[in-house]
Amino acid sequence: MTLHMPPILTYALRRLVQAIPVVILIMIGTFLLLKLAPGDTVDALVGDMGGADAAFIARLRAEYGLDQPIWVQLWRYMVKLASFDFGWSFVYEQPVATVLMDRLGTTLMLMAASLSIAFCAGIVLGAIAARRAYSATDNLISVLGLVFYATPSFFLSLMLMLVFSVKLGWLPVGGIKTIAAFYTGWDHVWDVVRHLIMPTTALSLIYLAFYLRLMRASVMEVADLDYVRTARAKGAREGRLMTHHIMRNALLPVVTLLGLQFSTVLGGSIVVETIFTLPGLGQLAYQSVVQRDMNTLMGIIFLCAIIVVVVNFLTDLLYARLDSRIELA
Amino acid sequence: MTQTPPPVLDLCKLEISLPKGADRPYALEGLDLTINAGEIVCLVGESGSGKSLCAGAIMGLLPEPHVRVTGGAIRFMGEELRGKSDAEMRKLRGADISMIFQEPMTALNPQKTVGWQIDEVLRLHTKMTKAERKARALEMLERVHIPEPSSAYNAYPHQISGGQRQRVMIAMSLVLSPKLIIADEPTTALDVTTQLQILKLIRELQEEEGAGVLFITHDFGVVAEIADKVAVLCRGELVESGTTDAVLNRPQHPYTRALIGAVPALTPPPVKAASDAPVVLQGTGLKKTFAARGGLLSGKRKAVTAVKDLTFELRQGETLGVVGESGSGKTTVSRIVTRLLECDHGSVELDGTDLLAATPKELRALRQHIQMVFQDPMASLNPRKRVVDLIAQGPIVHGADPKKAREDAKRLLELVELSPAAANRFPHEFSGGQRQRIGIARALAMEPKVIVADEPVSALDVSVQAQVLKLLADLRDRLNLSLLFVTHDLRVAAQLCDRIIVMQKGEIVESGLTAEVFANPQHPYTQNLLSSIPGRDWTPPSLHTDAA
Repeated sequence: MTLHMPPILTYALRRLVQAIPVVILIMIGTFLLLKLAPGDTVDALVGDMGGADAAFIARLRAEYGLDQPIWVQLWRYMVKLASFDFGWSFVYEQPVATVLMDRLGTTLMLMAASLSIAFCAGIVLGAIAARRAYSATDNLISVLGLVFYATPSFFLSLMLMLVFSVKLGWLPVGGIKTIAAFYTGWDHVWDVVRHLIMPTTALSLIYLAFYLRLMRASVMEVADLDYVRTARAKGAREGRLMTHHIMRNALLPVVTLLGLQFSTVLGGSIVVETIFTLPGLGQLAYQSVVQRDMNTLMGIIFLCAIIVVVVNFLTDLLYARLDSRIELA
Repeated sequence: MTQTPPPVLDLCKLEISLPKGADRPYALEGLDLTINAGEIVCLVGESGSGKSLCAGAIMGLLPEPHVRVTGGAIRFMGEELRGKSDAEMRKLRGADISMIFQEPMTALNPQKTVGWQIDEVLRLHTKMTKAERKARALEMLERVHIPEPSSAYNAYPHQISGGQRQRVMIAMSLVLSPKLIIADEPTTALDVTTQLQILKLIRELQEEEGAGVLFITHDFGVVAEIADKVAVLCRGELVESGTTDAVLNRPQHPYTRALIGAVPALTPPPVKAASDAPVVLQGTGLKKTFAARGGLLSGKRKAVTAVKDLTFELRQGETLGVVGESGSGKTTVSRIVTRLLECDHGSVELDGTDLLAATPKELRALRQHIQMVFQDPMASLNPRKRVVDLIAQGPIVHGADPKKAREDAKRLLELVELSPAAANRFPHEFSGGQRQRIGIARALAMEPKVIVADEPVSALDVSVQAQVLKLLADLRDRLNLSLLFVTHDLRVAAQLCDRIIVMQKGEIVESGLTAEVFANPQHPYTQNLLSSIPGRDWTPPSLHTDAA
């Protein structure tokens, strides 16, 4: 290669090239799987209309290209996808891209908030528990972690709603903003935040438990390593050992988990968005499945695949930044 | 009027208790030890003797409250250290008392640069400015003879070699000119040539600084190399102490005598009459390269040659030693000839059949003729299986009657001098030496013609090592076995091997009869290896004990 680029760019480019076949395979797989499921868009439409005659149904199918062999349908879809044309949503009567963009912001906000809270709180609590291992503090934290871990997010969502919306009336019961209030500026921001508090809590607690448990184990392991003993023999105090020697090394496995779990958080957001009627991708995905809105569903999956690929790339960058032994190549 | 200064370290009846359920109530029982300024005192003992806990007690870094000092005095420069607060101890640690650890790879934080880690000591104990600290760190790196101190300053530990890492560790512990240096097996993890350099360095700096050194080791060769005085520990008790000359050459206590008697002398076995026994294992033109890490698209996969063009032959009843330092390719050789690793080129003929060209089915049949004994007996025996099943597994896989195979396994246990009652126990119930015996019995169960042993005694204490070596030699002679013996330890090679191959960077630099190579090494690398053996000028006195 005669081209000289900074290593980070070469790395990013290489990862991008690697991601293309991954995304294509995901799309083909999903397409085929969805075709295997009984019922299509026309069935759903006809069902809503309360039934129609066979000729009308056949005409509809032909119009949507659903009468073609599955390979032809797949080929047409993939060709359009190559130019980022996601097709038309017959349910929303809009291009799928528009529908997706309307919803993307909400989901990203929910996920970013949930994951950052889970990650930060998880590592802090995990580190505290590890440093006071087997004490009352540790027990309290560990038991709480176990409770969060064992509570399904739909149950937690409903309980939160019951307490904070229905009984106490402190927080709105659902949606992303107060309808017909037309807030602007900071009022709008505060309104959105209030709507996000409960969904974020419901989604983050289970992941918080993951990070907490992993961080506790990781810190305890690193604290026993030789270089921590070396630092102690140099005369460093315990606090310094934690901040300068243990934390960064202990974080490595937790960061790996962060990248791996991003996709499951996307999955988790389906439940939470549906319960709190948040107009995000998760809720959209649920409705699209019910309504057999194939194009929209495929669009969501495409977007999620891209998000997961990008997040994993960012995680690897973060990992390389944290671990001096890793060189990007 | 001159007043004699107090000794740097004075241990008086030091007693360290172990938690309930340990194999003995005290890790150390009444240890008396004095170290004066400018003196190197070696504390010698086998694993579990309590020598490392002694270091922990002086530093105030015992894993309390499970293990703690329960009696005696620890006086540093005449001042009692017991009962000092943690803050007071922190002031001493790293500044007046410093430590050098065994494993330089793990003893340095992988995420911080070498410079940062040396700088940390200065930051903790002095009020020097940033520039002063950097200058001091660079000066120390210079003093431990690290080439290009300024680039080493910015390097991470994984970017420098093992020997250099230990130099960094030494620079770090000496940066504030401590009065007492505790070195806990500082050269055990290093290659023999590097070990000698590090020992010389410790000696050199200690003389310049006039510090007292407590040097913990299990290796009498190292003791002979560096010590002024020696103290021998046996299960927490001081059994003998005195000057190096007295302890090494005229040991009094039976335990010391047994230990020293077990040190392999550097005298190779007598030359056997030129063997015309048939060749059982012949390697020809062996070559193996490892592709380095790197993706398909990065375009920079650099191959590492582990073995290039290696040819050797092993005759029946003979022991061929493969010696070399880490990275010489000796372990790769042992894996290739057993076909645990596919080789790029060449052939390995076992009794005239090419092992490397064999089909998977043929290979399975051939495997019973060539068996391996591994370095770490704990890691190479399945912890969930009983000893009898571990040994009988091979024959059963090869079609033996399970009942008969188990009977044979019990006989094999006797052959390796273990009680047949051991058959129904699990590997963790045995000591290291006993486990290695099980490993040998497991290899013998297949009735192999050739045994490939990869560092089989490196993980064992010296007295156990002597026993296992003796067993291997015995079995070889009784069963007319051929041994391919891979080792880094030239003393061990001298004791057991009829012929040796010396490897460096994947190539044979010298080969021949052990006695001849040791007496008159031709290649500069062999000469360097032999002159680096710790304590090469000291011949262990021949002591008549039955422990070995």
